[in-house]
Amino acid sequence: MTTGSQTEFETVIGLEVHVQLSTQTKMFCGCRNVFGSAPNTNVCPVCMGLPGSLPVVNREALRYAVRIGLALNCEINRYIKFDRKNYYYPDCPKNYQISQFDMPICYGGHLHIPVGDGQLKKIGITRAHLEEDAGKLVHAEDASLVDFNRTGTPLLEIVSEPDLRDPQEAYDYLQNLKLAISYLDVSDCDMEKGSLRCDANVSIRPAGSTAFGTKTELKNMNSFKAVRAALEYEISRQHKVVLAGEEVIQETRLWDENKLRTASMRSKEEAHDYRYFPDPDLVPFTLADSEIEAARTALPELPEAKFQRFLKDYALTEYDAGIIIQDRGMADFFESCAGIFDDYKKICNWLNGSVLQAINERKTTIAQLDISPEKLTDLIKKVDDGTISNLVAKDVFLKMLDSGKDASAIIEEEGLAQVSDEGELEGIVDALVTDNPQVVEQIQSGQEKAIGFLVGQAMKKTQGKANPKMIRELITRRLSNG
Amino acid sequence: MSIITDHDVRYVAALARIHLKEEEVGQLQNDLEKIIGYINKLKELDVSAVEPTSHALSLENVFRPDEVKPSLAHDKALAIAIEQRDGAFKVPKVIE
Amino acid sequence: MKLHERTAHDLLDLLKDGQTTPAEIHRSVLGQINEHDDKVHAYLRVNPAESADYSGTQPIPIAIKDNMCMEDLETTCASQILKGFRSPYDATVIRKLKESGAVLIGNTNMDEFAFGSSTENSSSGVTRNPWGLDRVPGGSSGGSAAAVAANEAIWAIGSDTGGSIRQPAAFCGVVGLKPTYGRVSRYGLIAFASSLDQIGPFTKDVTDSALLLNIIAGHDPLDSTSADVPVPDYTRALVNDVKGLKIGMPREYFVDGMDPEVKAAIEQVKTVLQDKGATFVDVSLPHTEYAVATYYIVGTAEASSNLARFDGVQYGQRRRPAETRKNPLVDMYEETRDAGFGPETKRRIILGTYSLSSGYYDAYYLRALKVRTLIKNDLEKAFEQVDAIITPTSPTTAFKIGERSADPLAMYLSDIFTIPANLSGMPAVSMPCGFSGEGLPIGLQIVTKAFDEEMLFRVAYTYEQNTDWHTKRVEL
Repeated sequence: MTTGSQTEFETVIGLEVHVQLSTQTKMFCGCRNVFGSAPNTNVCPVCMGLPGSLPVVNREALRYAVRIGLALNCEINRYIKFDRKNYYYPDCPKNYQISQFDMPICYGGHLHIPVGDGQLKKIGITRAHLEEDAGKLVHAEDASLVDFNRTGTPLLEIVSEPDLRDPQEAYDYLQNLKLAISYLDVSDCDMEKGSLRCDANVSIRPAGSTAFGTKTELKNMNSFKAVRAALEYEISRQHKVVLAGEEVIQETRLWDENKLRTASMRSKEEAHDYRYFPDPDLVPFTLADSEIEAARTALPELPEAKFQRFLKDYALTEYDAGIIIQDRGMADFFESCAGIFDDYKKICNWLNGSVLQAINERKTTIAQLDISPEKLTDLIKKVDDGTISNLVAKDVFLKMLDSGKDASAIIEEEGLAQVSDEGELEGIVDALVTDNPQVVEQIQSGQEKAIGFLVGQAMKKTQGKANPKMIRELITRRLSNG
Repeated sequence: MSIITDHDVRYVAALARIHLKEEEVGQLQNDLEKIIGYINKLKELDVSAVEPTSHALSLENVFRPDEVKPSLAHDKALAIAIEQRDGAFKVPKVIE
Repeated sequence: MKLHERTAHDLLDLLKDGQTTPAEIHRSVLGQINEHDDKVHAYLRVNPAESADYSGTQPIPIAIKDNMCMEDLETTCASQILKGFRSPYDATVIRKLKESGAVLIGNTNMDEFAFGSSTENSSSGVTRNPWGLDRVPGGSSGGSAAAVAANEAIWAIGSDTGGSIRQPAAFCGVVGLKPTYGRVSRYGLIAFASSLDQIGPFTKDVTDSALLLNIIAGHDPLDSTSADVPVPDYTRALVNDVKGLKIGMPREYFVDGMDPEVKAAIEQVKTVLQDKGATFVDVSLPHTEYAVATYYIVGTAEASSNLARFDGVQYGQRRRPAETRKNPLVDMYEETRDAGFGPETKRRIILGTYSLSSGYYDAYYLRALKVRTLIKNDLEKAFEQVDAIITPTSPTTAFKIGERSADPLAMYLSDIFTIPANLSGMPAVSMPCGFSGEGLPIGLQIVTKAFDEEMLFRVAYTYEQNTDWHTKRVEL
């Protein structure tokens, strides 16, 4: 084996993303599809896989899957069926998972990721198929405990082409995938709750080669960052294996978040012989063109298109637009504001600043925040026309959220309007000049910066209400007059 | 020449999670040999142009509306348990 | 005639006229069970009389095959692995029976998980044929057939995957109906082969068969394979008239290996129906010889997956080996399933797993699905020519206990006549059409096209009304 540096290798990554669909009920039974209930409280004979029970497909789950497929530029199969994937595991109560083998609902899609300089790279999506989620296992010292609440939750497994070339691309793909799906109201996409999960297949090959190297499958990553870190670790591990003249073994490896490394999952060493066959308990489905076209028409504007439009229509910077479109609600809010007030940059600063901060601190969403586009633009106008300073406005904003009142009411009640009366401000400046002879000396000897100190003092005296611009002008005028 | 080897029987038994005793392996190999020998009769037919039938009826599009139905009462669900702890079904420790 | 020897329609008439009470009928049946079931062993469990509710409209005592879930009662499929399993829910059929006021007598014996044609594969001992106690009752619903034949039930429910209602009905001299696939909900029936299983009635005559089907038939939103088609009142199809009907006797069924007494009995049936105005047409079902092989691949493949859930995790029995072999969990799976399943069950799981496993799927499973199409096409083509097909239900009468248990393949081949109706989903009934020299019942099978149970009842009723086999009662 020849030795070489790492740059002679190319990385090949494919991702399998499982998205839980947020239907009211489970995939095959009427149990509630919710997270966080006491163990085995949202269960019935069907999702417990009890003898004699039979599955019936949730119509909405199919619709959600079509919606995601269309958003990911997939073709939708007009004829689909469900198959059984047979394997034994205690969280899989029938010891087979109802899934889709050779006729997945979606196939042949793609998603773009940024690759710098405004360039985009197309990442293929091989297929997306519907299946049922497994239950939850808790491992105690002496035993494992099974909770079937999650069993039967509808899942869409989205399989990418092996088009990703480094861990950052994988990370960006996940970000954009999550973003696109989050626009569709079909999933929480919350990795912490497990409503979005990702496994990665990774291999390396000599640069320029078209054949694939032996891949390993990485599991147990609980965040996008963990996916990136696991891939980084694994790629470097594979490099070392190959450079040592050994061969990469095809296996499943688990990411250890504490030790920051992947380790072989030895207990699953036996051959994967899932014995897929058509589930005789479920009948096939045909999807009409009209149904698919209606779903396509009903799709909202997707983040990629929205991003481009915001750059064009509102002349936002890529940075600003990029943040605004991260949340469909925020983007809609922005557009409502933009219809009322035409300083888009200022709206953006507010949304990406105080508003986003409040959302994060209060762990809420723009929709749940007690603020409307009218109220927010009114507030911005008050800054614009000099009624209040930016600093005071931030405080007023928080008071608006807490009280539900509008900006004018708060400004009036609390007397927060800026003092712009020249006579009143002159008095303040006079007093300051008298009280701070050394500072005055510094200013007069050319240390312009010292003016700032006096402005600060004026603001302090007036509890922020003095118009700082006028104060500065008055000081300058007074001192130059001698 | 045997169609089914003892290795086949062991492999399939492992897939089906059945522990077979030595004498069972031999017996099953023998039985399957005869049965598969008979089933190979199907190879007489040319089925290259035939569509498979996996359902007795040709039903399509059988759905359920996305409406919540009552789940089992927790006690009732757990009443079938062989072993339970903390509201969950207890099984031998799973080693990953 | 004693109450327990009567038909359900007879008893309903008596009840209507106030000549008996539901409790009296129930007592009469339980008395018969007490007196004779130690010989027949039709039942695995009998429900206490005190738990019975007689307030319904049709309070007829009924026996249930032990593979249908009944809330809070044990259901085991005659398997050790399900010992102690009490379902938290009712099968749809059980719910419908309860709604009709049926008095559930108890659970009947069967081949473990319905795998068998003799009820010898039960883990709880063999059931004996009331017409010859050294004979098998047939299977897999042998207990239900024997219970009705022995007058230990007025009627009963069974399930039929490859003949499991019709063949024991033939062996025990009662009427056994497998409705069209999708006619009766499978929800709560512990599956053997989901695409073949169908629940149906065992009765003492054709009228009762129509009455019981009226109770259990109908679309069920809980079963995706249940057909959403209207259910007629089947008693309206009980017409003593076959004039102008065309009936086929497939030539492939009358070949070597058939018991001459069986053959002669079917020839007699032909004469009776011809006398009533039916025309006989020669039909061909050329793929008949492939039916058994097809069935054993399709049926075992589905079964291997359906039975995967019996693993000791949630319910039923759990076993762990004394010493660690692989790891605690896998050891539990493997030991539970080794100890819990009988030899025929293991044989079928292994066969089914094999036919689905990597490298064999196309050669066995997929090929079998294609041959299934050919077999179905044969029947559909035949029904373009005829209104009904008649065949013997089984090539022989009830065989001796133990006679075929050493040779699984020979046992499988005895289902040759009943399997095509399951593969094609078509309805079929078995009814008595004579007795052998040894006094064993002979069964006539009638098959019609899908959802045409009315035609089935018409032909069956006409034959029955012009013969008296259905009036015979066994002496135990």
